[in-house]
Amino acid sequence: MKAKVFVTLKPSVLDPQGKAIHHSVASLGFDQIGDIRQGKYFEIALDPAISEADARVSVERIAKDVLANPVIEDYRVEVEA
Amino acid sequence: MKFGVVVFPGSNCDHDAYHVISKHVGQPVDFIWHQQTDLSGFDAIIVPGGFSYGDYLRAGALARFSPVMKAIKEFAAEGKFVFGICNGFQILCEAGLLPGALMRNAGLHFICRHVNLKLENGDTPFTTEVDPNRILSIPIAHAEGNYTCDDETFHSLEENGQIVFRYCEPDGQITSEANPNGARSNIAGICNLDRNVLGMMPHPERACEEMLGSNDGRDIFRSLTKAMARIEAAA
Repeated sequence: MKAKVFVTLKPSVLDPQGKAIHHSVASLGFDQIGDIRQGKYFEIALDPAISEADARVSVERIAKDVLANPVIEDYRVEVEA
Repeated sequence: MKFGVVVFPGSNCDHDAYHVISKHVGQPVDFIWHQQTDLSGFDAIIVPGGFSYGDYLRAGALARFSPVMKAIKEFAAEGKFVFGICNGFQILCEAGLLPGALMRNAGLHFICRHVNLKLENGDTPFTTEVDPNRILSIPIAHAEGNYTCDDETFHSLEENGQIVFRYCEPDGQITSEANPNGARSNIAGICNLDRNVLGMMPHPERACEEMLGSNDGRDIFRSLTKAMARIEAAA
């Protein structure tokens, strides 16, 4: 079983790195892009014996307590059987 | 009266803090390895600057899980003094000992230079000996010093006098030009509600000798020492 966690800055938080990337992308001629925001992506391999529901509970906690800082970041969890 | 300086893998201002306390403050001090969980005998803990755990994940995010941090939380809950400098400030925020978070500098650069600091609250154990009419010159050295928090937290920081230092102009004016990293409301340092935990991005331990360009940092360590002495005398 595998879980994916996506950590992104809250919409209200400025992302200077995303802005710098946007500038570089625009300099290549991609002028139709409105905004770029940078985030983090985690792949977590889980014991195949555990249920999908249990896996989700565990990974949600890992995301909330470790992978994301809830002051500035949001997270989204995907669990694949 | 004894100071402790925590050492995480990747701490690099631990010896500076140790040097200042032993040589300039003239007090007993010991290093505390991050695996240590017994803080008995210590009266103030310094969480020093550096790059604990290589700043992996987020600055300070992994240091929060070191065994010593649980002990530091209990230590702080007993009202004893905890002082986080730079990476130490980041760690205290990640650990929930101080509110808010420190993000990447608005200009994305690592900034290493002296800044001007305005004392906003002289009524904390860390600042009683700081002359409120003097603008302090203390260096910063960080890439993630952009203090951020939500509106509710910000208003409670203001109302409770928890904003201790702000970046300012040489004449003390708080301007966006004087803000090196984009920190909300030019915040350079904050304390907790009980005022026994302070975190700041500038490095007072690097500003304790004339030879280094400033000794303005000494007054912060002197304040802390006096506060410790008051508690010892009362005990």
